[in-house]
Amino acid sequence: MPSEKMLMIGSHVVAEAAVRAGCRYYFGYPITPQNELPEYLSARLLEVGGTFIQGESEVSSINMVLGASAVGARTMTSSSSPGVSLKQEGISYMAGMELPGVIINMMRGGPGLGNIAPSAADYFQATRGGAHGDYRTPVLAPAGGQELVDLTFVAFDLADKYRTPVMLLGDGLMGQVMEPVIFPDFIDLKDLPEKDWIVDGCEGREPRALFSMFLGQQGELYQHNLHLQEKYDKITAEEMRWETNCPDDAEMVVVAYGTAARIAESAIEELEAEDLRLGLFRPITLWPFPKPALRELSKKVPKVAVFEFSLGQMVEDVIFSVGERAEIYFHGLPGGIIPTPADVADFLRSAAKGDGKVGRRIDV
Amino acid sequence: MSTEVAFEQIFGRPESLKTNPTHYCPGCGHSVAHRLVAECLDEMGLREKTIGVPPVGCAVLAYNYFNFDMVEAPHGRALAVATGIKRVHPDKFVLSYQGDGDLAAIGTAETIHSGNRGERISTIFINNAIYGMTGGQMAPTTLLGQTATTAQAGRDARLHGSPIDISRMLAVCDGVVYVERCSLTSIKQIRRAKKAIKKSYQCQLDDLGFSIVELLSPCPTNWKVSPKAAWAWVNDEMTKTYPLGVIKDTTGYEDKK
Repeated sequence: MPSEKMLMIGSHVVAEAAVRAGCRYYFGYPITPQNELPEYLSARLLEVGGTFIQGESEVSSINMVLGASAVGARTMTSSSSPGVSLKQEGISYMAGMELPGVIINMMRGGPGLGNIAPSAADYFQATRGGAHGDYRTPVLAPAGGQELVDLTFVAFDLADKYRTPVMLLGDGLMGQVMEPVIFPDFIDLKDLPEKDWIVDGCEGREPRALFSMFLGQQGELYQHNLHLQEKYDKITAEEMRWETNCPDDAEMVVVAYGTAARIAESAIEELEAEDLRLGLFRPITLWPFPKPALRELSKKVPKVAVFEFSLGQMVEDVIFSVGERAEIYFHGLPGGIIPTPADVADFLRSAAKGDGKVGRRIDV
Repeated sequence: MSTEVAFEQIFGRPESLKTNPTHYCPGCGHSVAHRLVAECLDEMGLREKTIGVPPVGCAVLAYNYFNFDMVEAPHGRALAVATGIKRVHPDKFVLSYQGDGDLAAIGTAETIHSGNRGERISTIFINNAIYGMTGGQMAPTTLLGQTATTAQAGRDARLHGSPIDISRMLAVCDGVVYVERCSLTSIKQIRRAKKAIKKSYQCQLDDLGFSIVELLSPCPTNWKVSPKAAWAWVNDEMTKTYPLGVIKDTTGYEDKK
């Protein structure tokens, strides 16, 4: 049975959704602003017969995830920006070994220790692989609320379907804000497709090994990378997600994801009173970035306004998508500052006029 | 006079070892250690429920030689990976096989904390006082005065720190129930090592806690000596820094007997 409507903070929402999506093994290391997530699971997983381990570091935690995944479990870790940097080595190994797993990043300000306020400056790290080697990690960017529930389920499903680590990219604000949600029923782990590749002892079959090293002289690593690329092409073709809310006669479409999109939404509403016809394009998968959808939209709308909680990362994917089909404006704030809808409205007014007072025109 | 002769096979390859030839150098201790690990699994009937985690280092390709399920780990992370495995499958037998660089340098945190949590894992620790796979650099366990490609005048305590005795460090952790150091350079010690490995396996089967068997192991290639001289060096020199014997035993096994 689905749950009643419940009022919970975002970190708790993701944690409960993970349990209902069949995750019984969590490994993580404390870091602000996402500690509520492991705290919740440390108690919750015991109730459902699962295991919670507070690792000695982010490095060991992601490798515990690697081990649990290799033997067939639905498993996850969570952290915030500096901690996710430490997990990157393990994520690269999981990509190379084709191991599913979910990594939550409730982003905070950087670089370095930065601060503990919300940010979205890890876009490049999340969408460009993050560590060494030719790989990509599917990245889901919820805008809070019910989507935190829904995309947590999607994250585990995608991870298993494609045998890949998947990242859920939120931010410190999303983790702390309390919103109403409804949880679907617990999935039955027995209903999931059997994993015929796991190592769980070789009784009744030939031994298996899971590894990412291909030393062979016959182009084994080359072939392995081509195989991975085929998988990434398939994910790109089949798993793009986005939301468009754009009137036919819009003069400008705002591109924003996550919390920034929620703030932009309020700004767009505010500007309706001023007769500015604006739309919103919200990427939900950041990798694969929904380029074709944005490209089509930019053929109809003369201006694209990009708003980010960073000084310009996603805007590069917007440029790749839009090219010279529309004018592109950008406004970004570094981590540690929570912008108001009024700030964004100022940028959108300026972009509509093209006066360059707030943000800047991108010269493609 | 009868010409019939009855043959009985009294020695052979353990089932837990594949028939692949290994890449190990002549005189290397890994081959002996692999055989001991495999013989003990066979004799205790564990092969089909075993999941092994090899290191990054000379034994990184151990999954080509061991005939049971294995999962590669990033350098130093074998015991974190093994922790994830064991927590999902407490009923399976989980083994890590690691060298000194993997276990006592880059993986020190994973080693100490897995031990301290009392993970039900058996660890085989190959200490050859050198980085083998990368070509003879200084290891955390390199002896004072021993030369290495990154300590060409010999290890100096002031410059490099003294050799680390991680087995003794582990012994102070409550979750660690059994620590023994043996060598692979005399028949007597090889037999002793086999007993120690079996005991370590038994600790896991009896759900007692973490256990580790350290094996002092010759590396003639990177020590730049003959296999015979390498054996002698382990026996005469290495054992001064790393004395052989039981370092910790809270199993109570002897008491029962």
